Amino acid sequence: MNAPAHHPPAVRTACPDCGVGCGILAKPDGSGGAVIAGDPEHPANFGRLCSKGSALGETLGLDSRLLHPMLRQPDGGLSRTSWDDALDRVADGFARTIRQHGPDSVAFYLSGQLLTEDYYVANKLMKGFLGSANVDTNSRLCMASTVAGQRRAFGADTVPGTYADLDTADLIVLVGSNAAWCHPVLYQRMIANKRARGARIVVIDPRRTASAEDADLFLAVAPGMDTALFAGLLVHLADTLALDYQYIEAHTVGLTDALVRAREIAPDMAATAAATGLREADVEKFFALFRSTENTVTCFSQGVNQSAQGTDKVTSIINCHLATGRIGRPGMGPFSLTGQPNAMGGREVGGLANQLAAHMNFSAPEIDRVGRFWNATAMARHEGLKAVQMFEAIERGAIKALWVMATNPAVSLPRAGAMQDAMRKLDLFVVSENMLSNDTVNAGAQILLPAAAWGEKDGTVTNSERRISRQRPFLPLPGEARADWWIVGEVARRMGFGAAFDYRSAADIFREHAALSAFENDGTRDFDIGALASLGDEDYNALDPVQWPASSPSPERGGKEKRFFADGRFYTPDGKARLIAPEHPLPRVALTPEFPLRLNTGRVRDQWHTMTRTGLSPRLGAHLPEPFVEVHAADAAAMGLVDGGFARLASPYGACVLKVKISEGQQRGALFAPIHWSHETASSARIGDLVGPANDPYSGQPESKATPVVIVPVDFACRGFALSRAPLALPEGTWWARVAVAQGEGLLLASNDTPDVWHARAQTMFGTGAELAEYVDAPRRSYRVAAFVDGRLVGCLFIGAAGAVPSWDAVKALFEAENLGEAQRRSVLSGKSADGLADPGPVICACFGVGLNTIRAALASGAAASVADIGAALRAGTNCGSCLPELKRIVSHDRIPQTA
Amino acid sequence: MSEQLVVIGNGMAAVRLVEELSRRALGRYAIAVIGDEPSLAYNRVLLSSVLAREVSPADVELKPAAWWRHHGVTLLYGQAATAIDADIRRVRLASGATLPFTRLVLATGSRPIRLNVPGMDLPGVMTFRDLGDIAALEAAAAAGARAVVIGGGLLGLEAAYGLAKAGAAVSVVHLMDRLMERQLDARASAMLKRAVEARGIAVHLNADTAAIRGQRRAEAVMLKDGQELPADLVVVAAGIRPNIDLARTAGLDIGRGVVVDDHLQTSKAGIHAIGECAEHRGVCYGLVEPAHEQARVLAAHLCGDDTQHYAGSVLATNLKVSGVNVFSAGDFEGAPGTEQVILSDPGLGSYKKLVIAKGRLAGAVLFGDTGDGLWYQQLIRTSASIEAIRDDLVFGRALAERAMPIDRAA
Repeated sequence: MNAPAHHPPAVRTACPDCGVGCGILAKPDGSGGAVIAGDPEHPANFGRLCSKGSALGETLGLDSRLLHPMLRQPDGGLSRTSWDDALDRVADGFARTIRQHGPDSVAFYLSGQLLTEDYYVANKLMKGFLGSANVDTNSRLCMASTVAGQRRAFGADTVPGTYADLDTADLIVLVGSNAAWCHPVLYQRMIANKRARGARIVVIDPRRTASAEDADLFLAVAPGMDTALFAGLLVHLADTLALDYQYIEAHTVGLTDALVRAREIAPDMAATAAATGLREADVEKFFALFRSTENTVTCFSQGVNQSAQGTDKVTSIINCHLATGRIGRPGMGPFSLTGQPNAMGGREVGGLANQLAAHMNFSAPEIDRVGRFWNATAMARHEGLKAVQMFEAIERGAIKALWVMATNPAVSLPRAGAMQDAMRKLDLFVVSENMLSNDTVNAGAQILLPAAAWGEKDGTVTNSERRISRQRPFLPLPGEARADWWIVGEVARRMGFGAAFDYRSAADIFREHAALSAFENDGTRDFDIGALASLGDEDYNALDPVQWPASSPSPERGGKEKRFFADGRFYTPDGKARLIAPEHPLPRVALTPEFPLRLNTGRVRDQWHTMTRTGLSPRLGAHLPEPFVEVHAADAAAMGLVDGGFARLASPYGACVLKVKISEGQQRGALFAPIHWSHETASSARIGDLVGPANDPYSGQPESKATPVVIVPVDFACRGFALSRAPLALPEGTWWARVAVAQGEGLLLASNDTPDVWHARAQTMFGTGAELAEYVDAPRRSYRVAAFVDGRLVGCLFIGAAGAVPSWDAVKALFEAENLGEAQRRSVLSGKSADGLADPGPVICACFGVGLNTIRAALASGAAASVADIGAALRAGTNCGSCLPELKRIVSHDRIPQTA
Repeated sequence: MSEQLVVIGNGMAAVRLVEELSRRALGRYAIAVIGDEPSLAYNRVLLSSVLAREVSPADVELKPAAWWRHHGVTLLYGQAATAIDADIRRVRLASGATLPFTRLVLATGSRPIRLNVPGMDLPGVMTFRDLGDIAALEAAAAAGARAVVIGGGLLGLEAAYGLAKAGAAVSVVHLMDRLMERQLDARASAMLKRAVEARGIAVHLNADTAAIRGQRRAEAVMLKDGQELPADLVVVAAGIRPNIDLARTAGLDIGRGVVVDDHLQTSKAGIHAIGECAEHRGVCYGLVEPAHEQARVLAAHLCGDDTQHYAGSVLATNLKVSGVNVFSAGDFEGAPGTEQVILSDPGLGSYKKLVIAKGRLAGAVLFGDTGDGLWYQQLIRTSASIEAIRDDLVFGRALAERAMPIDRAA
């Protein structure tokens, strides 16, 4: 790499957050940061960015980064080691485990944040050389049901749509998708269509989310009942003669079975309404809209995927599109909106345990084909364990060596607490990470490998519309961090597979990946980017966003899109799509008197996954800083919960304590809690702990959005917050949530400790030697302290009864400003801004509290010209008169014009 | 023909009374002011500043001679009144002359208490009360002189500061366990002690004076615990006593001071008392502000406006020691059943304590940051409810009133 120039140009790259895959222009500032802007030429976003993308520049700091290979010591601590030592240990550990316990005793757990090249190399090592398919990924928790649903309908994991379809659709149906928060740039594209062309938007979600705000119709479907709604729709379309029998006949099989089942589930509008908990009129409105709108795109996300019947939900949606022939043409089709920046890339390389590589599966010819291409020494012969089963195997000791890359399963897996314990049992536990500390690292990881982060990585990602974009580095690799593909390749080389992993660059890997996609393909597999297999290094570096397929010999580069299924041909043996009869919809785990409510989970607008990156941004932390649970008002009343209070939420698997938000968006009986908080960021808000292991029989995707829980109020005598330059340790029993603030960290907290206990604690909390300014109103249980070192505000703590603690905004602003003026220091413990308050200056007239600045202002404005005038205007000097001599001096001094 | 109004005493109360009268009804009274000090009325509060050379003696004069002339006041300064005949309504002067009055105002002030210990009459034992004292102190406090101030109250500390600034090595001996115990709580007192000590003044607490030792003049202050503090001069500032001799001989009702009602009327019609010599509802004030308030009410009364009553003052204290801002008002200790709000920032040398009783401000102690003292004093006086602004109150008026303006007229 060249050293950054003095005024480096902006680097074109792609956003590392959601699956929209926005193009970004990153301009390094020369001191480790970068100015971030949307890439106006990128077809995913045309220059737009959401709040998360815009704040990426705030997430580039190295403070919490893992910068060197580390080994766990017997005392539990971590110590540095060399790359050689670390890689030897990883290679030896996997080799030894396989020797002793067989290939299925080892596993890789990967991530939708890995680049395609990283993903490819890891998948190749495990499935071609270690002899196991125990490679799974956090995409299993994200869109595995879409993969399964598309594979069984289309014969391939093909997303048929493109973003441009959202511009030309006349009806956009959002199912289980809060795109307004989770795919904001795409959502704005839909809104633009609505404004410009009058497209209708229907939102189907158990929860009234932000996406429902602009919807023409919002359907608060009962949790898990999406299949009933789309079964009812299929029946309705059939009964109103709106099916496209010509298309069905020519290009599909299975309508009869699918329709019979649909009639069992939802025989008519009334039955549909009853099953889904919707008003019949609303159901009718939706059905009519769908029936009468040819150009319909049905977008779906985690509300569909994260279900023990997720595959059937996907199926029920696809059925309606196939049966109306609304697929394979512009402005229509089922459209999975992916959650991760490179979930699609992971699917392409075969990063899931039930895929082999390049959209090939575990059939004998495909195993043979991939084996020959790789010159594999030990091909996996059967599917591996999917995420939930993989970690269950770790729990019972069947898997003994695990390598986690770029993900945080100790937060995100169902039964996260139990999984964290399970990881401690591993003989070998390797983590490739950006962060020095997260819940997975702290689950006993033995070898930590410092991986390149966004801004340093070099490779490709694929977004929700199959568009491959380059992620380019614009920052140097910090410390000893390395690309994930390099790390995996080095381990492979040490295990004796050097010839197959002799990559010099990401471009080498990409060419091989592209070549595999075309290898013996001949149009039999949807994923074909053979046209890119011979890209030179420079072409790879300069690669524009390109949508697949891009098969040889006529590559198209970013321009014209090839539309899948335009010819009505699918990737099944007979070329026909499959309509499939879904199971009767029913949440897998029933409610009980002990666990009477259903917990839905999801994202908030300004955080992403487990906050290891977005959690570093002060701007993003300001939106919804505390972990919360949303409750319907009637449920809250019944459970004794109050808005702004706290509640303990428990399932058979774990418990959390969250802030209560009474929300009109919630249905009765349903709760919502965000997934983002971990043990790093909150005392008790890791929602994965509560989620059960039930998962979809086809996709293996867990039922993350329908966990039976119980909720009870929790009282804390005091609330408050703390700000500190250095990390603060809070005593056991304190509820806290960490929030990024500039120049330090913020903690929102709740406690049963009395103000005097906090007062005592504060004496050492901010280090010895700090000067403490304190505010005490004991009867109101209010205690506030600000700590200063050499006049610099280094920390503060505000504790008080609920409702008595000021919001921290003003204090945070002062804390971030660092250097406080005296007036600001005097008001900092008020929790209110001193801005706009006149600063009277040093007191001159003590009797009437008149300050120097006030007097000078009176003189300057002409309101007073003499001591007597000052007395008349301000009363200064008119009581004891002891300030009169000073007033005289001030008057005579201020009469003299000041020169600079 | 104007009525004859005679004021005995030419201090700050007298000046304010004349000012208030002239504002209301110039010419209704022919005013004579009698003062025993040989100077125009001056600002007694500034005496320590004069001693500290922060203010020149000329600057303490309250009004120039022309002002008195302009207001038609007959000034008889340097002349002591020796007797009042209430029945014939005349005041007798030391010169033997008599002045008739229809209305008489006693504004005789107070004098320092002298301790009942041996050696008090030795040369070098002084008080700190008037301009004459200042001249004597200045003469005695040559650079390097050792001065002991007896009394760690407001006056004693101001004297000590003035002496230290004048170049003396000063010690303060105080009977109580903390300075200014009648105005400050323990914490503010401790801060005050540090601030005083930082100005080079030694402070001895729990120090009971047994005697002043010396042959021909004071040489040391002997404490009851056996300590001996060498002294070239000793300033006694252990409190004040109202000047009531004239009133007593005139047959007026006397308590600790001259007893007055809410119109500042003594036990005899037409004779009034204001300032430090007066005793109102059992209280003798030793500060200038109550004297000013009394002067205002009396002026109204003298002009026929009986709607105004003096109902006592909420005491507020300001210490005149440069750079040491101290304020106290009301129930600064906090009686049982009251609540306290405390804000402290030792780094800024700032401490504020507010005492709240039944949702109203009952007292305040401020150290360092005293700018809002008067506002607190007003809140105490008006008994306005502060419930709504309690959380902001201690941060001062500007912040609290931005949050929630409260009715200042309440």
